[in-house]
Amino acid sequence: MKLEHIKFVEDYRTDILERLTADDFLPASNKNEMVQDAFQDRPTPWSRLKANRLALIGMGIVIFMILAAIFGPMMTPFSYAAQNLMEANQAPSSAHWFGTDTLGRDLFVRVLYGARISLAIGFVAALINLVIGVTYGGIAGFFGGAIDRIMMSIVDVLYGIPLLLYVILLMVVLGPGLTSIFIALGIAYWLTMARIVRSQIIKLKAEDYVIAAKAMGFSSVRILFKHILPNCVGPIVITMTLAIPEAIFTEAFLSFIGLGVNAPMASWGVLASEGIASMRSFPFQLAFPALAICITMLGFTFLGDGIRNALDPKEEGK
Amino acid sequence: MGIYFLKRIAGAIVVMWVIITITFMLMHSIPGGPFTAEKKLPPLVQQKIEETYHLNDPLFKQYTDYMSNIVKLDLGPSFKYIGRNVNDIISESFPISAQLGFTALLVAFVGGVTAGILSAMRPNSWIDYTVTFLSTLGISVPTFIIGAILVYYLGFQLHWFPVALWKGPMYMILPVLTLAANPMAFIARLTRAGLLEVMNQDYIKTARAKGLSTKYVFLKHALGNAILPVITYLGPLAAALLTGSFIVETIFAIPGLGQYFVTSIYNRDYTVILGITIFYSGLVVLFNLIVDFIYPLIDPRLVVEKEDK
Repeated sequence: MKLEHIKFVEDYRTDILERLTADDFLPASNKNEMVQDAFQDRPTPWSRLKANRLALIGMGIVIFMILAAIFGPMMTPFSYAAQNLMEANQAPSSAHWFGTDTLGRDLFVRVLYGARISLAIGFVAALINLVIGVTYGGIAGFFGGAIDRIMMSIVDVLYGIPLLLYVILLMVVLGPGLTSIFIALGIAYWLTMARIVRSQIIKLKAEDYVIAAKAMGFSSVRILFKHILPNCVGPIVITMTLAIPEAIFTEAFLSFIGLGVNAPMASWGVLASEGIASMRSFPFQLAFPALAICITMLGFTFLGDGIRNALDPKEEGK
Repeated sequence: MGIYFLKRIAGAIVVMWVIITITFMLMHSIPGGPFTAEKKLPPLVQQKIEETYHLNDPLFKQYTDYMSNIVKLDLGPSFKYIGRNVNDIISESFPISAQLGFTALLVAFVGGVTAGILSAMRPNSWIDYTVTFLSTLGISVPTFIIGAILVYYLGFQLHWFPVALWKGPMYMILPVLTLAANPMAFIARLTRAGLLEVMNQDYIKTARAKGLSTKYVFLKHALGNAILPVITYLGPLAAALLTGSFIVETIFAIPGLGQYFVTSIYNRDYTVILGITIFYSGLVVLFNLIVDFIYPLIDPRLVVEKEDK
């Protein structure tokens, strides 16, 4: 048995030696085309996202809502603020597609306008906590040591605070309005982003290519911006896509307890809470804003899950 | 172990101190003070009021006074309801909120974990799709819309349940369902994901190879590890139930603390807002602390890791 085995290996060796030619000793780039092709053809995040039907639906919904928010209000003859008490509480008709509210305002244009406000809140709040979170987490992670310890224990303490309560307090202090909402949401919800960016940077700092860059004498700033931050984009994008619906959700909640935007402006949250007040007699006044919120939320959830799976395949199915 | 617990407690105290300080500073940065919003009072009356509520003391003294009162568990008087203080309001209305919140917590936990197990047992079956569909809806639909839909169909249309007030078990069903819907959906997702991940591990394959039944493997071997994320979620869940209760109590006209909080926001009753915020924050911190304490009983690895850092 054993002898046979050795013989087999020896045969194999001579076989290979006979088959080797001078070409085989050329640099690797001339060979291994298959390996390289397989590496280049590995699914990109984009193709993984495209293969996910739910994510595509989500993306479609989000894009549709953004377009509707931008161009929608231009295409109807009604204004979101014009009251017409003669036409109050009308059911949906060909003139008023979504009916009218208790002050006779056209609900269709108000829902479209609400899309502008709600989406703007989502994107701006996410942007603010992107800027604060990435800067904060970036500084902590990059400098490390005592700076990191102090900055992160501050984050740990803030993490223990029920943030929504403080958003409410901030809104009470700042007074209702769009700017207050931006500020309150922006300064409350950057903690997750800071934590994620920090841990990502600490992980990347130990990577060989960063050490190589350091050995080559590049400045810290250049290493941070050229080598480390580009590789943090995945987790940052994932956190952003989850932060947008969170902000829209929170704004709807704030509007419900009377801390939303000022009248006659109306976000979806304001419209829905006005709709709840007259739900018994005119359920359609709740139905349309509620549908708008739910569909958009679903869109963001699908898209967010899809982006996460595409950028981080390990997380698939979570 | 001892160090771990001490650290947690010290952390909780620091968090509470930060919370009280931030709330105090925020409330005192409101321009004009609590009594200037209404029509102008005669200067003497104004002065008298400010004396009664110690509003003309220097800010730092007000702060230390407030702190020492809080240590004595006294949250101060209400500015709007003369003669009542925040402690009265809390002790009167919090039991109702606690009842609502605790029932919702149980429903969310039991319902969510059960749904998660059912869907993970047969991935891609119709049960799995139903649970996934419902839980996606549950996390994407705001609480007040769920509440409104339940009220409209089960209350107004079918007349199955009363839609307001708090007078007995029948009155509890709709509010509890509304409050539990969102966390239940989240727990179902967490449980399902946790189970699916654990089921790929070697010790589960071993258990199966030994010939144990699917049910036994699920409940005895997989669930313990799979449920860890759910336990971690219990802290944020407490906060979610609190804020959910603002909405639910307002929709269903339940005389609990949440409704009081919303009313005091409308009224701009600053001491009540301040007091209830601190009370709520204290609850959440306490809840997080409890979770920190039960966690090592379930997963000893965590404590070791944390002490290593």
